[in-house]
Amino acid sequence: MSEFLQQLLNGLSLGAIYALIALGYTMVYGVLRFINFAHSDVFMVGAFLGYYLGKLVPEHTIWGGLAVLAVSMIGCAILGMTIERLAYRPLRSAPTLNVLITAIGVSLLLEYTGQVFFGAAPRNFPSIFPVRNFSFGSVIVTSNQLIVIAVSVVLMIVLQLIVYRTKIGTAMRAVSLNPKAAALMGVNNDVVISFTFGLGSALAAAGGILYALNYPSIDPLMGVMPGLKAFVAAILGGIGNIPGAALGGLILGTVETFVSGSQWSTYKDAIAFAILIIIMLFRPAGLLGKFTVEKV
Amino acid sequence: MRRHLPPAVARSLTRCALFFLPLAPLAAADASAPIKIGQYASLTGKEASFGQASHRGVALAVDELNAHGGILGREVEFLVEDIQSKPGESATAVKKLIARDEVVAVLGGNASTNSLEAAPVCQAAHVPMIAISSTNPKVTAMGSYIFRACFIDSFQGAVLAKFSHDTLHAKRVALLTSVSAPYSVGLSRVFRERFTAAGGEIVAEQKYTEGDKDFRAQLTAVKALAPDAIAATGYYTEAALICRQARDLGLDIPIIGGDGWEAPQLIYLGGAAVEGTYYSTHYSAESPAPEVQLFIKKFRARYDGETPDAVAALGYDAMMLLADAITRAGTTAGPKLRDALAGTKNFSGVTGRTTIDTDRNPSKPAIIVTVKDGHTQFVGAVAP
Repeated sequence: MSEFLQQLLNGLSLGAIYALIALGYTMVYGVLRFINFAHSDVFMVGAFLGYYLGKLVPEHTIWGGLAVLAVSMIGCAILGMTIERLAYRPLRSAPTLNVLITAIGVSLLLEYTGQVFFGAAPRNFPSIFPVRNFSFGSVIVTSNQLIVIAVSVVLMIVLQLIVYRTKIGTAMRAVSLNPKAAALMGVNNDVVISFTFGLGSALAAAGGILYALNYPSIDPLMGVMPGLKAFVAAILGGIGNIPGAALGGLILGTVETFVSGSQWSTYKDAIAFAILIIIMLFRPAGLLGKFTVEKV
Repeated sequence: MRRHLPPAVARSLTRCALFFLPLAPLAAADASAPIKIGQYASLTGKEASFGQASHRGVALAVDELNAHGGILGREVEFLVEDIQSKPGESATAVKKLIARDEVVAVLGGNASTNSLEAAPVCQAAHVPMIAISSTNPKVTAMGSYIFRACFIDSFQGAVLAKFSHDTLHAKRVALLTSVSAPYSVGLSRVFRERFTAAGGEIVAEQKYTEGDKDFRAQLTAVKALAPDAIAATGYYTEAALICRQARDLGLDIPIIGGDGWEAPQLIYLGGAAVEGTYYSTHYSAESPAPEVQLFIKKFRARYDGETPDAVAALGYDAMMLLADAITRAGTTAGPKLRDALAGTKNFSGVTGRTTIDTDRNPSKPAIIVTVKDGHTQFVGAVAP
């Protein structure tokens, strides 16, 4: 029983990070209908920003950790908006496939520029938050796991408030529903898209730092696997659907952890992807997604 | 999808001593001519640190031999070919050494892949080759002229099993294997065989792949079985994270590994969590053995105070092993030299007392080190 609880906790803290990254994929898909493959590398840049900023603040303090988190999120928001402005906006009227390939290009550019600047060897991420272990019986909870879950929940609530309670959030939903109609109603699509990229990238940065806190070895290719998993999570939950991305992330993280802890640990990725295939067979639009017929 | 160079590949650069076999009458006529010995190594490129270190080790040995009158009264002429860490280069380099330079033996290759390329060339020319740090068992299986200076992966599995059983007094051990690294799979397999044969029990074997960062699930499952020790047979990047997460989960039992752990990054990434862990390696600069300390002194004097690593020590030993064989053979003729190398017994090297076995692999003790206060510390030499 205690092993089950421990695995559940491990799975939830991994799933919460997948959920944060998945939100970025799903939001961009919502407004632009394309998959931003560079997202997983913004996640990596977030972790590296955290690595350098972490050296400037004293270790093991809550305010230091939150400051690193906030600055790194702002930094990545700017990076995300810059990528959108330089790489994607010129292709706004081009077919989606062109944008998709550009996204892969941007992704590789970030990865290999990262290798030039940061080096390929893994680095040790500083412990920016206080570190303590709490034991409840034989279940051990680390402060980092609590921070991961708490920060993720707070960010998801904030995101939900932004999307449903603010003017820009309403504009985002309008663009997502029908960009042309939104433009006719006076919504500035470019501003909304730019904001979406900024918001998604800020969440990726938070995900990057939380991931690095839990698994403190960072390298320029660290985003590849978590990015892929988060992409799967976004599809699992229903791409374009924000609560779906969060749910997909949690499911994927938990399943992956339980499989890793069993004798089938070799097949953990295979099983995660097999679940995706099964869900897609029965619910082609994902768990919470709505199936829409493409109108010509 | 991250692909890093497995340290074992890099460390398995083999040094081959390639003795080119001059025609008998020619050799007799040239009794005072220098003995040519060639080395191929990655002096540049991503494996350069291994290539450079082994080259320095060999060069130190050659200087020492020449300072003492050479081998069989003949001076040693040392030639090196840079294979630039590129696949395919080692075969070309060795052909050049044998055909153009007419070397009598070849030392070289650190990565097993390089040695595997060079070995057929040496075998066909009947020029003995001594691989320096190629631990893949296939290397010496390439032919009767192919030897190596380092021990092989399966040997370490046996050493670790003996160490866990006899020194750590562990009865129940959990294995953590990297399924994407043949090195780790082989080590785990031999560990399991030897440890169970010694009366121990493998309570679980959990698996992961290179590049994984999350080991909590596997470690939670391991913790539930309450083993006495964990053997993590993969490389240092994952091993460091495994140690950290094991300590986070309250697993305060010894964690042991093979020479895949040997890198400064283990301590850098693992921090306090790797304190008190053990791993096996070829050589430790902290070893109190007089041969080791003398070698370190000579190496530092020649290379600006640099402390030699395992690859440098293996390079030095490969050259000395060859010199010993030439002296015993009394000639540089390929077949005789090969027989002398194969007959090496109790050769006293920096990396231990070496006997060449019937598979042309050295049998010598492995060194066990532990991490203490952020530094590795010599624990002891273990022969299986």
